[in-house]
Amino acid sequence: MAQTETKAGRFTARGPKGRPAGRVALTGNEAVALAMRQIEPDVVAAYPITPQTDIVQYFSSFVADGRVATEFVTVESEHSAMSATVGAAAAGARAMTATSANGLALMWEVLYIAAGSRLPIVMPVVNRALSAPINIHCDHSDAMGARDSAWIQLWSEDAQEAYDNVIQAVRIAEHPDVHLPVMVCLDGFIISHALMNLEVLPDEVVKDFVGSYRPDSSLLDPERPITVGPLDLYDFYFEHKRQQAEAMRAAAPVIREVAEDYETVSGRRYGDFDAYRLEDAHTAVVVLGSAAGTARFVVDELRRDGRRVGLLKPRVFRPFPGLELADALAGLDAVAVLDRSDSFSTMGGPLFAETRAALYQRAVGRANRKDSGPSSGSGPGNGRPLPITVNFIYGLGGRDIDPGDMRAVFSRLARVVETGDTGDVVNYLGVRE
Amino acid sequence: MSLDYRRYLDETALPLMWCPGCGDGTILKALLEAFASLGLERERVVVVTGIGCWGKADDYIRTNAIHGTHGRALAVATGVKAYRPDLTVVALMGDGDCATIGGNHFIHAARRNIGITAVVSNNLNYGMTGGQFSGTTPAGSKTSTSPYGHAEDGFDLCRLADAAGANFVARTTAYHYRQMVRLIKEALLEPGFAMVEVASPCPTYYGRLNRQGSAREMWRSLKDRARSVGEEGGEARTGVAPGQRPDEEPRSKPADVIVTGVLVRRTRPDFAARYSDVCRRAMKEGGGEAQLDAR
Ligand SMILES: Cc1ncc(C[n+]2csc(CCOP(=O)(O)OP(=O)(O)O)c2C)c(N)n1
Ligand code: SF4
Repeated sequence: MAQTETKAGRFTARGPKGRPAGRVALTGNEAVALAMRQIEPDVVAAYPITPQTDIVQYFSSFVADGRVATEFVTVESEHSAMSATVGAAAAGARAMTATSANGLALMWEVLYIAAGSRLPIVMPVVNRALSAPINIHCDHSDAMGARDSAWIQLWSEDAQEAYDNVIQAVRIAEHPDVHLPVMVCLDGFIISHALMNLEVLPDEVVKDFVGSYRPDSSLLDPERPITVGPLDLYDFYFEHKRQQAEAMRAAAPVIREVAEDYETVSGRRYGDFDAYRLEDAHTAVVVLGSAAGTARFVVDELRRDGRRVGLLKPRVFRPFPGLELADALAGLDAVAVLDRSDSFSTMGGPLFAETRAALYQRAVGRANRKDSGPSSGSGPGNGRPLPITVNFIYGLGGRDIDPGDMRAVFSRLARVVETGDTGDVVNYLGVRE
Repeated sequence: MSLDYRRYLDETALPLMWCPGCGDGTILKALLEAFASLGLERERVVVVTGIGCWGKADDYIRTNAIHGTHGRALAVATGVKAYRPDLTVVALMGDGDCATIGGNHFIHAARRNIGITAVVSNNLNYGMTGGQFSGTTPAGSKTSTSPYGHAEDGFDLCRLADAAGANFVARTTAYHYRQMVRLIKEALLEPGFAMVEVASPCPTYYGRLNRQGSAREMWRSLKDRARSVGEEGGEARTGVAPGQRPDEEPRSKPADVIVTGVLVRRTRPDFAARYSDVCRRAMKEGGGEAQLDAR
């Protein structure tokens, strides 16, 4: 394993006083593995799958080299990996795993066990297209397939955000008001394998930030023995699901609190989403993950030509920050939502469906008082017609999306605004028709 | 009918994706040669693969093929065979597919004795994902997930298939080409479940990490370590895997002797025969079609 060991050497950047910290060039997978080393979970169970494999591989070298005291177990499938993680978490451990694509699909049954048993597991998901046909490159069909499993989902635009998200995820998952598992999504290859200069925190800052995990109840408390997940029929099952929904609602402010704390230690600020040059924009793109970088580049370019365009990049997809997002988009004339997966509903991709639902909910105002909060029905755009929304499904199976594609999306939005004609609502970008 | 194996080879897909020195190319040729010498019609053969280096074999095969998911080749093949018992159904799996993520399907296919021919390329690790240990990796082996030696014992695939009830169980190595063709042919003619385990070199990962020398040396070692059943040294150790015997003391290298040849031959009726028997009985005893209609 000489190769991995030399690579692992790069995980320790030495600051001026020999303290490990500062700027280092890492791939997304290395950055995530580094975050995991700094978190030093009690248990990591894993099974290899491209493009996630490196994360676990690097982590296994930390274990082998004695740099972490984590119990590391490489099991015989992802179903077993998630099951072992569930077992460890139920026993009171801070437990992690990581996966991609079909690995996540194979975990599906156990994802629900983790969430339903309220186990604060953190799992990086290196996004890759689901088979069939088999493909190892990036799209979001894997994580989107798990969007209703009651896992919190944080999405990353680059290796820096992936690193920062993993560290924050631990605090979010374990918060007593939340107690839900968290998926940290990063685009396969585009982020996982590309090298980026990023800021990493000193080990002790991360250790201090995540603190130690002391669950209220666990399997291994002989004073208060418990059973996890026993039969729960029509008498209480519904209440337990209702509590999960409530926990997801409670997660929203916790995610913000944790982000604020994280800003104090890292200097980097994260919101539920990033609104880029949106204040005075007429049109905008909504997009998750690495393609936001491409969109940012094109927004800057078009802005130089005097076009009032912007970008909204969600970081939190579960819970969906619908009302805040709708507030941010309400004043626009037209919005294109870009989805790197298809829901095959014929009504557009998942991000589109939820964005449009949020805009509608904002427009109808008091539809649900508790949900809508103070901003509902007021603020910019109130009384104006909703922005026209169109959907572009792009990048499936790793199909590249380049600035030219992004320009085409903005041109289409300009045409929509000019003519008032929406045209096809659901569009496929960069595909042979 | 041409006996040429090239009929079954998709030459447009060449060159092969496998590393130089990998055993999979040879196994592929042996499989196609076995098809050719039995004169199988391409249209009547269904190849089902798992996912892995060996699982990519279907790219080069011009029969019907399904590229399955990792570990599920036998489950998919079971569906094909259940619906069309008249077709020749072949499952191609690595040791990861067959004995690790998909181990459950393996023992159940053998127990059910369903007429599938499983050709397993056992290279003692997951080649495709970078040389992690699998369910057949011998104790002590270095892999990318066991840099200081593997702490678990590996399965003996032939014993597993035998214990689960397979009708035909054989082992060969990638080096023993002619034996391989002969064993695969026999397996293809077996009405019940048949498994041919091929000890195959993965010089890129397993060989390199375990200091087994160059690809050439790995191939030579397969040649030297093989003993056919019945031959001196083979007889006494029937069942010794290319990996580790579970009842042996852990040690840091693969078993010295690889016993090759047909290790198990049974005549249990296969699944299709037994199932149609049950159907006939049910029709007779239970009032036949009328009852089926009522459902
Ligand atoms: C559900 C799932 N998990 C993980 C993978 C990633 N994966 C692809 S091939 C492979 C291992 C292949 O090993 P083996 O079956 O021994 O075949 P070889 O590559 O050695 O021929 C793995 C883990 C996958 N494709 N699907
Ligand atoms: S990695 Fe190993 S099994 Fe895969 S093609 Fe290369 S030598 Fe063969």
